[in-house]
Amino acid sequence: MGALILQQTINALTVGSIYALIALGYTMVYGVLRLINFAHSELFTAGAFIGLALAGALGIAGHPTGGLLVGLITFVLVGLAGVSVEIVAYRPLRGTSRLAPMLSALGMAVVIQNAVMLIGGRRPMIYPSFLPSGVIDVFGAVVSYKQITIFLVAVVLMIGLELFVNRTNLGVRIRAVAENAETASLVGINPNMAISLIFFIGPGLGAVAGILYSSFYGVATFTMGFVIGMKAFTAAILGGIGSIPGAVLGGFLLGAIETFGTAWMPVLTGGVIGTEYRDIFAFSVLVLILLFRPAGLLGEHVSEETRVYKSDF
Amino acid sequence: MALVPVLALIAGQFLPAYPLRILDMILLYAILGLGLNIIVGYAGLLDLGYVAFYAIGAYSWALLASGQFDIHLPFALVLLIGASLAGLAGILLGIPVLRLRGDYLAIVTLGFGEIIRVLMNNLDGVTNGPQGIARIDEAHLFGWTLSTPHDFLYLLVALLVVVFLFVWRIQESALGTALSAVREDQDAARGCGIDTTRVKLVAFAFSAFVGGGCGVVFASMQRFVSPESFTFWESLIIVLVIVIGGLGNPFGALLGATLLILIPELLRAYADYRLLLYGMALVIIILARPRGIISRAFGPSWLMRRLGGGKC
Repeated sequence: MGALILQQTINALTVGSIYALIALGYTMVYGVLRLINFAHSELFTAGAFIGLALAGALGIAGHPTGGLLVGLITFVLVGLAGVSVEIVAYRPLRGTSRLAPMLSALGMAVVIQNAVMLIGGRRPMIYPSFLPSGVIDVFGAVVSYKQITIFLVAVVLMIGLELFVNRTNLGVRIRAVAENAETASLVGINPNMAISLIFFIGPGLGAVAGILYSSFYGVATFTMGFVIGMKAFTAAILGGIGSIPGAVLGGFLLGAIETFGTAWMPVLTGGVIGTEYRDIFAFSVLVLILLFRPAGLLGEHVSEETRVYKSDF
Repeated sequence: MALVPVLALIAGQFLPAYPLRILDMILLYAILGLGLNIIVGYAGLLDLGYVAFYAIGAYSWALLASGQFDIHLPFALVLLIGASLAGLAGILLGIPVLRLRGDYLAIVTLGFGEIIRVLMNNLDGVTNGPQGIARIDEAHLFGWTLSTPHDFLYLLVALLVVVFLFVWRIQESALGTALSAVREDQDAARGCGIDTTRVKLVAFAFSAFVGGGCGVVFASMQRFVSPESFTFWESLIIVLVIVIGGLGNPFGALLGATLLILIPELLRAYADYRLLLYGMALVIIILARPRGIISRAFGPSWLMRRLGGGKC
């Protein structure tokens, strides 16, 4: 029993790391622009496919050290794609209505997903693992080196982001723009620069998550971003949208709820509700938070209406 | 407006079955567009899971008029049941979400659409899972058998007129005014004494009701339902119908449906690029004409004024 719980905890941390990395992109964009960036989940998928293409091109498929290089290049490429998406599809619509940028984001999501499909193919691709292989036994639970690496990479990136946002000059600018773009521009901060930076970091982190995810499951499909993106957004709301620590907490928490929920539901309901309902947990969590704690766990208690309903981009 | 059903009926007299089926699909998507417009166009809230309500309607007919449980209810009754069930689902889903930020609705409805599909896929005992339900009854409406695309043309034209008038009257009613107030500035609307949550909820329920009704018609047309027909892309296409045609304008839904159903038929050879082109079209139209091809101002009330008759 103890080993089983330990095993599930480790699985939860693995999935949670990936959710958290993606949730960061959603939460940062939403915090500044009040925009659900639907294209984010597709940039996650694009990250996995670009990683795959790079590995093939550089001839370093399935090598951990090469993986680091691939991860870095993919981060930059997808980050630049994110910045371009913002400049092309969101920036011209700033200050129009709440609906227009969301629809534009949806359109970009469709474009990116289908571009990935046309280039990468319809069929699921076998994915080389960039992570070290092998397993160790921890108190009866099987922990693979893959899982440890995923967790470590995610934690390093999160600490890096936290330090960047809180300790550097650029980070201060981002926080100022997130707080109030108009006031920030009064003290000489260019909001567009801060927003571009966010659209570089968020999708970059999402792309790394894409490589980790596909390396872990050994497969990449062009549609995989859809459900994962939805869950990551749920994680961002769970933690309190707009909050960076919130996204991390939400990601791990959602990973835990989903893993334990999927493991225990069939037992608790005598097999009536099986593992095929796994994707429903995230949604139920989402509705429950909205009912009981709409600001999320670490979210600020602000007047919900004024913050969002004014066109205050 | 009066021209559209007349033209459709005339066309129905001499068109062969295949173009007639396309015409039926255009009308069906126009009705779906009119329904979704209530929440997206008038209230300004993005619903990305409209297909869920459509699916609820379709499965209502598939379960209540087939050999699946050997229940065979009449079409008119199921039309009402399916639409009401969808409306009820809309209210239940709307209660937790609509009292909050409107933009959460997009992600919650997206999730809801996915959940309904997962349920249809996995509740094998009820929905027959991925195989779907075949051999659904022929629809009979007051002694009239609906089986050919031609029969459905009449039904769809009648429904289009009813839904069109319904949506237009909503737009001109106190509810419509309240909805546009909520869309433009929720705080100001609340300041004027509008119960914003209730207004949004009513709009969402109406919208879902129309979607459910369309689902019943769809299932009776196909006489086969499976989860395949109710993916996210279906929701996306209905959103596109109104965005391209014109947000908040009933004529827009007609134009959007015509373009979105007709163009892919003409471009069958490029089926792989269809969604890519749809996505690009969505972005370009939003950037160029954020309010769609036909602007909100040129709605039915404007037309009535121009023609010199009618009120408003």
